Amino acid sequence: MTALDLLRLDLPALLAALLACATCGLLGSFLVLRRESLLGDALSHAVLPGIIAGFALTGARAGLPMLAGALVAALAATLLITLVRRAARIESGAATGAVFTTFFAGGLVLMEVSGARSVDLDLDCVLFGQLETLVWLEATGWGSLLDAQALAGLPRQLHLLAGVGLAVALVVAALWRPLKLLCFDPDYAAALGFPARRLELALNMLVAAAAVAAFEAVGSILVVAMLVCPAAAMRLLTDDYRTQVLGGAALGAALGVAGYALAGPLPAAAGMALSLNAAGVIGTLGGLAVALAALLRSRAPGRAATA
Amino acid sequence: MRPAAGHPARAAGRSLPGAGAMTLGYNTLVVLAGCALLGLAAGTVGAFALLRGRALVADAVGHAALPGVVLAAMIVATLGHDPRSLPPLLAGAALAGVLGVLAVQALARTRRIREDAAIAIVLSSFYAVGVALLSYVQTMPGAAQAGLTKFILGQAAAMRAEDALWAGAVATLALALCLLLFQRLRAACFDPDFARVQGMSAARTDLALLGLIVTVTVAGLQAVGLILIVALLVLPAATARLLTYRLPRLLLLSAVVGAASGAAGAAASAAAPDLPTGAAVVLAGAACFTLALLFSPDRGLVPEALRRARRRLAAAEEHFLRAAWEAQEAAGAGPGTAGDRWTPIAALAAARGWAEARAWRLARWLALRGLVALSERQVHLTPRGAAAARRAVRAHRAVEHHLLAIGAADTAGADRLADLVEHGLSPEAASRLLPEPSSLPASPHALGGKP
Repeated sequence: MTALDLLRLDLPALLAALLACATCGLLGSFLVLRRESLLGDALSHAVLPGIIAGFALTGARAGLPMLAGALVAALAATLLITLVRRAARIESGAATGAVFTTFFAGGLVLMEVSGARSVDLDLDCVLFGQLETLVWLEATGWGSLLDAQALAGLPRQLHLLAGVGLAVALVVAALWRPLKLLCFDPDYAAALGFPARRLELALNMLVAAAAVAAFEAVGSILVVAMLVCPAAAMRLLTDDYRTQVLGGAALGAALGVAGYALAGPLPAAAGMALSLNAAGVIGTLGGLAVALAALLRSRAPGRAATA
Repeated sequence: MRPAAGHPARAAGRSLPGAGAMTLGYNTLVVLAGCALLGLAAGTVGAFALLRGRALVADAVGHAALPGVVLAAMIVATLGHDPRSLPPLLAGAALAGVLGVLAVQALARTRRIREDAAIAIVLSSFYAVGVALLSYVQTMPGAAQAGLTKFILGQAAAMRAEDALWAGAVATLALALCLLLFQRLRAACFDPDFARVQGMSAARTDLALLGLIVTVTVAGLQAVGLILIVALLVLPAATARLLTYRLPRLLLLSAVVGAASGAAGAAASAAAPDLPTGAAVVLAGAACFTLALLFSPDRGLVPEALRRARRRLAAAEEHFLRAAWEAQEAAGAGPGTAGDRWTPIAALAAARGWAEARAWRLARWLALRGLVALSERQVHLTPRGAAAARRAVRAHRAVEHHLLAIGAADTAGADRLADLVEHGLSPEAASRLLPEPSSLPASPHALGGKP
């Protein structure tokens, strides 16, 4: 494999995996700490109709309309879950399950009806992700990394991912303390005058944005693995807020890179004709990370006793 | 990775296009019946799962089934058998589903990770393993991967009659087990203490319920698909929960909604084979749920809003009638006496602190009901209206007097509080609160404009 191949074929996908997993890993901690993991599951499914609608209305697979559509869908889903839970008086898990499956099904039908599928937003992308299709044809050599024109030719998924990742990082940094309070003592946060409800909503919107940005890279369902697995693994290993949040992001990034490398490039470099779906391998590693963390925890008697 | 348009299972399974639509061939009918039966079983099991707070376990089981299905297909293909034959695939799915449930329980036992996070972890990482395996299978020679992706979103139209028979048989088994275990499940859902006293272990009952969930989920994989199968357990049960409080009726309704959703999905899939059946099933279920959510007599949003609007209207009517009565009193003339006179609507509005337009709307409405007479810009209580007004005044003053007697409020406060409380008060209750039950007491405060 030449350096040019690496730049053209592997670098964009690797970057996408890294950005998607780090962003989701960062946000995942807040979901896990707030005991809202299912919301991550729900939002990553529920954005589908929004994405398709944004796509169908503008006719182009542009980042912003899809993002806007997805945020609207996520907002609608969140409100509906609350409404269903209150009105039907069923447990929140069941209310969530009822709403997000409906949204996802609606998205699938919308995809069929609007003809969006025939263009290039296909079911495979939703179900399996398409990390492998991200290529950077403008790259001509290492010099391209500094060439603005060539950089503009990077896949637009990367632009979206980088933008959302940056926004998420900034918001988390700016709201570091309020978010901490929200996670550990929402009542106290409310008593201190933090707009807890609005913070929660903002957090949910960030999750939805991350789900959309990561959606094209790893698909609708594996976003859930990226959101919950690194955070849950850290939760098993640490009690420290900073370690939990930053460690979640770092673990996510590491899983993304390792998963992508294991799925194709590394076996190829070792001369094996093995090529797996990168998103699948990343998600598998996520599950293994949680299993490993659980094992480590059960082996450490002191920790287990204090729990 | 979608199954190619003419792959063998589909060509063999569906009756000829055109002919099928006209005559509803044997195959279509069997698939339709199978899906309905499946929905029936899922609705029944789902009702217990919902009551026991276990509904989303089905989500984990469904997603976790993917690696099982793919591995089973790989093994069967390696052994040289037909990888499309359903029983081994379902067995693989069941095995993986059970593993998934065990993994959820093991993670939840760490206490650090709650069950909802455990479900999210298991469903996504098992599914990821399945995706990775699927991409591996596709590089394998042979037809092992043929039609495996239809397990993800479901494709009832691609089912062969024997597939539908298998699914139906498994669903029937789940249904029979559910009915056999009815006493146990009911006790676990509603009265865990009673269950314990009766010697039924809650852990064993929960295990049985999990087994039922796995069974139904696996049976539904091919028709509904593993991503959306959870909806077939949740939506019918949630619909039924909106409509009734009684368990037998809940089970029946849930089963009926489930069967209808399943059949609707299969029918939609037969009419439009490209449509993922799972999506059609879910949308049918969601339509039932939305209707129930909006129009359920007890809990629906529309009846609730209507009830609230009716209550508000009744309160406004009573306020208007009382204001008309008190205007007469303030003028020193009781209704029906010689001094009986007409009251300007503007004065009533001022007394209540209402906008004049609102007072007018109420006046017209009460005139329509025959409680007041309307002339020029003035109203007058009809005999029926006077009776109603007297009841309202009595209720109001009863509450006022009571509040003052127990020292709960001053005069102005009692007036305001009574405005809120008086509407539900029956005449008998009003009599009990009044110092002299038979007579209409005087108002404790000056009548006329609101402060």
